[in-house]
Amino acid sequence: MVRNQRYVVFAGLLAASTALTGAAQADTIKVGVLHSLSGTMAISETTLKDTMLMLVEEQNSKGGLLGKMLEPVVVDPASNWPLFAEKARELIEQHEVAVIFGNWTSVSRKSVLPVIEELNGLLFYPVQYEGEESSRNVFYTGAAPNQQAIPAVDYLLSEDGGGAERIVLLGTDYVYPRTTNKILRAYLNANGIADADILENYTPFGHADWQTIVADVKKFASEGKRTAVVSTINGDANVPFYKELANQGIMAEDIPVVAFSVGEEELAGLDTEPLVGHLAAWNYFMSVETDENETFIEKWHAFIGDEDRVTNDPMEAHYIGFNMWVQAVQQAGTVEVDAVRQAMYGQTFRNLSGGVAVMNTNHHLSKPVLIGEIQSDGQFETVWETEGVVKGDAWSDFIPESAKLTADWTFPWVCGNCEAPKFGDTVDM
Amino acid sequence: MPTRGFALPSPAALLSGIAFLAAVAGGAPAGQAATLEEALQGLAAESYKERAVGVEVLAATGHPRAIPVLEAMAKGQLFVRKADGSIVIGDKTGKVYALTDAADGTAVGDAKKKELKKVKVNNRLRGVIRAALGGLTLLSSDPRQRAQAAAAVFAARDAGALETVEQAIAREEDAGLLDQLTLAKAAIESNPEFPPDVRLAAVARLADSALPEVRSLLASLSQEGEADAEVRAAAATALEAVERDLAFWNLLGAIFQGLSLGSVLLLAAVGLAITFGVMGVINMAHGELVMLGAYTTFVVQDIFRDLAPGGLDYSLAVAVPAAFLVAGAAGVAIERGVIRWLYGRPFETLLATWGLSLILQQLVRTVFGPTNREVSSPSWLSGAFETATGLVLPYNRVAIIVFSLLVVGAIALVLRRTALGLYMRAVTQNRSMASSMGIRTGWVDAATFGLGAGIAGVAGVALSQIDNVSPNLGQAYIVDSFMVVVFGGVGNLWGTLVGAMSLGVINKFLEPFAGAVLAKILVLVAIILFIQKRPRGLFALKGRAVES
Repeated sequence: MVRNQRYVVFAGLLAASTALTGAAQADTIKVGVLHSLSGTMAISETTLKDTMLMLVEEQNSKGGLLGKMLEPVVVDPASNWPLFAEKARELIEQHEVAVIFGNWTSVSRKSVLPVIEELNGLLFYPVQYEGEESSRNVFYTGAAPNQQAIPAVDYLLSEDGGGAERIVLLGTDYVYPRTTNKILRAYLNANGIADADILENYTPFGHADWQTIVADVKKFASEGKRTAVVSTINGDANVPFYKELANQGIMAEDIPVVAFSVGEEELAGLDTEPLVGHLAAWNYFMSVETDENETFIEKWHAFIGDEDRVTNDPMEAHYIGFNMWVQAVQQAGTVEVDAVRQAMYGQTFRNLSGGVAVMNTNHHLSKPVLIGEIQSDGQFETVWETEGVVKGDAWSDFIPESAKLTADWTFPWVCGNCEAPKFGDTVDM
Repeated sequence: MPTRGFALPSPAALLSGIAFLAAVAGGAPAGQAATLEEALQGLAAESYKERAVGVEVLAATGHPRAIPVLEAMAKGQLFVRKADGSIVIGDKTGKVYALTDAADGTAVGDAKKKELKKVKVNNRLRGVIRAALGGLTLLSSDPRQRAQAAAAVFAARDAGALETVEQAIAREEDAGLLDQLTLAKAAIESNPEFPPDVRLAAVARLADSALPEVRSLLASLSQEGEADAEVRAAAATALEAVERDLAFWNLLGAIFQGLSLGSVLLLAAVGLAITFGVMGVINMAHGELVMLGAYTTFVVQDIFRDLAPGGLDYSLAVAVPAAFLVAGAAGVAIERGVIRWLYGRPFETLLATWGLSLILQQLVRTVFGPTNREVSSPSWLSGAFETATGLVLPYNRVAIIVFSLLVVGAIALVLRRTALGLYMRAVTQNRSMASSMGIRTGWVDAATFGLGAGIAGVAGVALSQIDNVSPNLGQAYIVDSFMVVVFGGVGNLWGTLVGAMSLGVINKFLEPFAGAVLAKILVLVAIILFIQKRPRGLFALKGRAVES
């Protein structure tokens, strides 16, 4: 009997809580935040969660959206890829969020994709990635390969970048580095660099002992041609990698390393004195001097309560993505996903790094590309940038089977992965 | 693209000017003040290309101020003051820059970042600066500066520097430096503008030195782009000889790297050799005890930074006992709180300690934040010992090898020479007999586990020097640690030592052929097969000692 009574009480509580959330739903718009707060990716993703909370708070201080307050719903997928899908389902089905901002690794995005397409949700993905994807339900606010990898290699081959004739492709062993390097190899071949002059090497996540690989790079570089390294090494493995570079005395003037996954945040745990001159390619650096950036950094420091915290590229991507979403909702007059998606196309917002970002119908942004050199204070200094913005390309022109694909979601001629758009709103993924 | 891969955009005439003027530099700088001002303005030009020319012009003045100015520029400390357009050197202290005038080195007040415009440098420009500094400092009185200059001249291979190099050779007394200088001279003389016989002699001189840089140079000389067939043939023969030598040194390098990896494995595993090996506790939180040690190092360094910044270099000496105590205390708490209730139930112990490891990780993440923490390396551990043959032995790696051996030695002493060691051995060999002899087995269990945990913490201090100090630090080592202990033989310290070192060396020899991922898999498969053949590992305990 006692047991049954407990159940009754429990059920009553449950009903009360649903009623409460039901009541809350009426006057708030929920914003899902799907970033790992524990596990290996917490190092990068916790900052993005904080960024989202800051952006929501700021919007609420301006009076919210459509007369309602925004309510962030934070869940922790714990760096566990299948859990990302479950948490995405929880956000959409239970919390009924209007939009999700989240994910870092490509594998977690791939895990969320079927859920978000099945339930017609909306995801803003803020990290540079390998491309070869365009979902009707995802807006990609990070860089596609042609907005990061290709310009970076162009720079390495140029006179200012050192005129490299051999390239070492180092990466962590998963989908992003492998796809990016496939694109880069095709691009290098097209630019007259033979396969014999390309060294490709993959290491597991969290690889800590870089002695052999760095020694190999040195050896490869000592064969009589200018050599540069393109690094798609991700996460924790970067710190011991850079420490080993410094240990073995590889100077940026001799063998420059350009990285696609190393930003201000990753350098925070490192003594950067021996790394001065190594490079990174992003769409944003904290050191860029614009009024927007200065305001953003001030707000960030005030929000987080720590003057030493840095800002980075994925934070800018969330900043642009969130503000574009706000504008699109205001235009559509509703948070209904189909209407908001339609209103997203052609949205513009000022970049923190200068110029204006535009959302294209392939769900990728047009943004400027910057190449920066590591400085002794852990910041990057821009040494090269594109003139104007570069339009993100969902399908790479340098992979034969992708080159013919297009991504265009201009209703009613829609298509994310086909040779020519089809009429109608059927999903073609 | 020029066929001479390393050619820098420096007109030979300019550099010969440097060589000449550098030689008389000490003499009469007074008359050059005007040109110095002009040359300084050239550094602040719009494009990198113009700035590169500016660097060469400044170097050509041969003015004594050129050296500090170029050094500051390479470090990114050269600024244009927005107010008056003057070139200043800025040294950042806190939020302000202390300025000195570039032209005469006098202090000219402070400035905030906003009042200054940085003279940006990129890699190409740094290369030009390095070459220019090489020419200017070749005759310096500081032998380290001369060594750097010789290396820079070697890399630039500019004919204009030849005269200075010859002067430097004439007055050099240090044999090692003389060797470097003649090598730099040979590198210059291998250029196509020299007559064939000089070039052949230069190639012969180069062939004597088995260095990666020399190999690079010889490789480019032996390629199609080389017009002189005789030089090409000589370079090809020399290249073969150099490569043979290099192969030998590479082999030594691989052995060193293997020992270094082995010593890291040893440090991570040696604590486990006690908790798992001696006590038989499957402690999945072992890695997190290592992590606690690394974070203790961070905290100790932080305290040093606040209280005694001068002593930062010696903070590791404090960190080692501190980490031992912190991790050891955590170990005793874990043993008394959790493991003691689970003796004889390995599966429950495994799950409980795994849960503990997650709790510890998240605890550290909450307290210290999810981002990596910077543990600085003391200056005496930075840098590397480089042999004349290009073999690089980083000091921190050497230190870790030595340190790991010291730790193993210390544990062996504790186990063999102290009362605690005697009790520990007694309890593990025959618990009920030890108990009936009056040994408090519960107390000994706690002390043993605490010792193993403390050693794990000490390992964390060493690992903080080469790996991330992040909440995930421990996870990376847990599997490897178990592998080492099982391979070496459970309960045997000597086995752990030999096991760790041989796994390290095997891994490093497999890696160049198989790649890092496959090498790890191969080693794992090999160990599984080995365990099938010898279930008790390399060095098995024999006789009644084995309580099954």
